[in-house]
Amino acid sequence: MTFPDKIVDGDIRSIARGISIVESGGIESDNLLNELYNRNCSYIIGVTGPPGAGKSSLINLLIDEFKHHFRKIAILAVDPSSPFTGGALLGDRIRMQQHAMSESVFIRSMASRGHIGGISGATKDAIKIVSAAGYDLVIVETVGVGQSEIDIVKLSDTTVLILVPGYGDEIQVMKSGIMEIGEVFVVNKSDKSGSEKLATTVKWLLKENYRNKSYLPPVILSSVTNNTGIEDIVKAVLNHKNYIEKNGIDRDKIQERIKDDINILLERKINEFIQHHLKYPENIEKWVNLVISKKSTPYEIIREIKDNMILDIREDI
Amino acid sequence: MDRKIRVLVAKPGLDGHDRGAKFIARALRNAGMEVIYTGIRQSPESIVETAIQEDVDVIGLSLLSGAHNILFPKVVTLLKEKNAGDIIVMGGGVIPVEDISYLKEKGIQAVFTPGTKIGEIVDFINEKVEKRNK
Repeated sequence: MTFPDKIVDGDIRSIARGISIVESGGIESDNLLNELYNRNCSYIIGVTGPPGAGKSSLINLLIDEFKHHFRKIAILAVDPSSPFTGGALLGDRIRMQQHAMSESVFIRSMASRGHIGGISGATKDAIKIVSAAGYDLVIVETVGVGQSEIDIVKLSDTTVLILVPGYGDEIQVMKSGIMEIGEVFVVNKSDKSGSEKLATTVKWLLKENYRNKSYLPPVILSSVTNNTGIEDIVKAVLNHKNYIEKNGIDRDKIQERIKDDINILLERKINEFIQHHLKYPENIEKWVNLVISKKSTPYEIIREIKDNMILDIREDI
Repeated sequence: MDRKIRVLVAKPGLDGHDRGAKFIARALRNAGMEVIYTGIRQSPESIVETAIQEDVDVIGLSLLSGAHNILFPKVVTLLKEKNAGDIIVMGGGVIPVEDISYLKEKGIQAVFTPGTKIGEIVDFINEKVEKRNK
């Protein structure tokens, strides 16, 4: 059996290896993804929210509930890499360890590796791996996000935004970009004071401002400590799934993702091509020195190398 | 290609003393590695399953309760059963000196006891992983 076949067959070690390969990038990753492209059949849920909102703990409880509706569940949990050492402490898994031995659950921790949108650059490719392996539900947990990390929307069919009381007044809620991305809103830690008020504020804001007039996201109160609201979250997700399937939004999303994949590959190719003709990065020192010695400016340099590059490419063709 | 070293830090068995494990986890992160920390009271079975799903190069086991002679070798045996015997296993915690040679015989490739300099552990991992991935 070839390596991609083993992944499709559901072999855990191969799936895990496959994710490492797409995380490392390069030609090996391209070849693997090429083999496994267009096999995706998973429903993808993004779970996002500020640090400490209870994303991992909620997912831990949601897994049991989702098991009634899906055959195999994969969790991709992203935590931040250190911008200084490149290392990472991946701790989301601690909250989900009770599922470690479950044959229908696969959990993988991923480091963000310098990517700033709340997920890692390889998350979308890791989804393709588990999807090809037959996981019909993929849950992606983002790093703890603040006000504008919204990459998760592109990846997921349903985005669940987890909020908790104590993060400031309603102005904070109003200005935050992440407020625009949820399709299911959860106010977690409902055992804490302020949660009812936050839920009311969010409900009011959504009613006034939500971008989509034919779908109003529900706002659900939940508590991991008291194990409440879990069924409601699952119901709300399935409800939204129903909505996007009925309205063909799921197909639009797939189109957008393919467009994105092509764009990223194209950008990479163009970059490699241009860098080759610019002799970049070999030349960067030279250019910096020209600017430091006041012989040129970055603007002049760019104008000049652009003209030279065009000549160079013409000769090449 | 940018392959990061991935390490699973786990505490098998029943003791809840995780200061050492957490210290190691943070130190390895600061050395540029990706460290998966599973928390306390893990069974050898769940440690091995986790190591496979996370595709780690190294498992670091920490134990202070005295059950290391049973639980550390159990992890190695299970890895072999799962066709994952290539994953490097190292141990640490309160381990009597006279037990170390037994553990090494059973496939635990290094045992680090209190007082070990963190640089020694980082060097060990770098060296072993480089050999493994050749």
